Amino acid sequence: MKPIVIIGAGQAGLALAAKLRALGCETPIKLIGAEPAPPYQRPPLSKKYMLGELDRERLYLRPETFYAENAIELVTGTCVAAIEAAEKIVVLDNGTRIPASQIALCTGADPIRLPKAIGGDLAGVYTMRNLADADAMADEFRPGARVLIVGGGYIGLEAAAVAAAKGLQVTLVEMAPRLLARVACTETAAWFKALHESHGVDIREGVGLSELKGQDGRVTRAHLSDGTDLDVDFVIVGIGVRPGVALAEAAGLAIENGIRTDAMGATSAPGIWAAGDCASFPHKGCRIRLESVPNAIDQAEAVAAAMLEQGAPYVAKPWFWSDQYDVKLQIAGLNTGHDSVIVRPGDKPGTVSHWYFAGARLLAVDAMNDPRAYMTAKRWIEAGQSPELAALADPAIALKSVPLAAPQPELAEAP
Amino acid sequence: MITVTFEGADGSRITTQARPGMTLMEAARAASVPGILAECGGACSCSTCHVYVAPDFFDLLEPAGEMEVDLLDFAWEPDPARSRLSCQIVLSEALDGLVARVPERQG
Ligand SMILES: Cc1cc2nc3c(=O)[nH]c(=O)nc-3n(C[C@H](O)[C@H](O)[C@H](O)COP(=O)(O)OP(=O)(O)OC[C@H]3O[C@@H](n4cnc5c(N)ncnc54)[C@H](O)[C@@H]3O)c2cc1C
Ligand code: FES
Repeated sequence: MKPIVIIGAGQAGLALAAKLRALGCETPIKLIGAEPAPPYQRPPLSKKYMLGELDRERLYLRPETFYAENAIELVTGTCVAAIEAAEKIVVLDNGTRIPASQIALCTGADPIRLPKAIGGDLAGVYTMRNLADADAMADEFRPGARVLIVGGGYIGLEAAAVAAAKGLQVTLVEMAPRLLARVACTETAAWFKALHESHGVDIREGVGLSELKGQDGRVTRAHLSDGTDLDVDFVIVGIGVRPGVALAEAAGLAIENGIRTDAMGATSAPGIWAAGDCASFPHKGCRIRLESVPNAIDQAEAVAAAMLEQGAPYVAKPWFWSDQYDVKLQIAGLNTGHDSVIVRPGDKPGTVSHWYFAGARLLAVDAMNDPRAYMTAKRWIEAGQSPELAALADPAIALKSVPLAAPQPELAEAP
Repeated sequence: MITVTFEGADGSRITTQARPGMTLMEAARAASVPGILAECGGACSCSTCHVYVAPDFFDLLEPAGEMEVDLLDFAWEPDPARSRLSCQIVLSEALDGLVARVPERQG
């Protein structure tokens, strides 16, 4: 029997394999990953693992025994070089050709690197995607060391929090006029800026990195776009990722902000599926791609069902979290298209939530140490309900007493 | 090794062994216990690792932190006398023999 071949042994790849078995699939499964480690969770890489509070084994999503027990052939340290889409043949980098019954692309995303021309290839310059990245920079985290973090998104901010907690001198530059420019409102950005500044992080918004200079091939100095120079011991680059589309693109699959899939996770080639960070899919009349663990798991499980012809269209319920210092940020929904934000203080000091609306429709919430606001919003958003704006904005009204607004029409379906 | 047992909502039982220092969620994940989703991987952010801990062991647990208490309030049919997030329970010899029931659903 030809196996189901899953390309990419990350969060989505593992979830897909496990779900196939849970649904009773008896076809052989090959789970092929480029990294040497078995499937592991990435979020702690910029959080507890980097802080030294979590052992390596605890990153692994399943113990070694799981794979044999579930007849999942895990092939690590092996890169898939090509797919022959029409025949469904997977070609490994060592030339092995594997005819597959079905193929799933779970290739994740690749961090954007600094160009070589501005010093991106100097030693001491790191990106933050893989366990190997985290391990490579671990020794740099010495108290007093000067680190420059390039990019004020969640990964950059988490790295800044870890570095500050470990007693490093941290400078973070963000080229956009403010932190979190792509992903959060000005209120959330300002809140996190204040948080980091209270921990001694030097945040410079509207400032880009012009060039890194080095000595003997190792970074020593950074020129910034505002003309200032900084002495640095190492640099962490967190300027976003690109979806892992190379294999799919070379195989002639349709690409549209990631590997294009339909609501079931099917790509444009029959018998070839995609899930996780690499895949874009229809959502409320638009096409989106999400970079989060919950999406990787849920979408992969939906694809597993679809591969076994038990599928239903995937309905994303976006949520996300981030840990910085003693702050837990929880995000429910997607804020794209919002036109107003309501700031609501939580029940306890230091807790607050930012609620995104398009007109009267609740789109999303950013909750800082406020799990009640997060959970309440998540339920409302998933049920298509919105609270009354005026009541929500009144901190004297308890959240559980905030009435719901009249049902809002669904967003217009795009063609 | 510490022995823990998970009871499914359908009456199924999975008994497994865990090392001290592992969380109850990690023990469940390692044994592929159905119904423990643990989407956040133990970050106390999602509440999809909710379990009911049998009374004799519940009292031995470290009390839940504020974040856990708030998240549990929104879990599926929480029971203040038995509900916990399994990712916040660190296993020790004292918990050998612990029995946890998996709720009918998570959230
Ligand atoms: C530092 C960091 C912190 C994060 N924090 C959070 C968080 O707090 N919350 C959250 O929800 N999400 C977080 N994320 C995002 C989350 O980890 C990803 O969304 C998730 O891992 C996506 O899963 P995936 O399976 O699609 O991709 P991945 O987990 O990246 O797995 C893809 C795998 O495919 C392999 N691969 C690619 N091409 C090939 C090939 N040709 N052949 C063989 N193998 C291949 C790659 O090597 C990789 O191992 C974080 C990510 C990072 C990097
Ligand atoms: S695993 Fe998410 S709260 Fe326990």
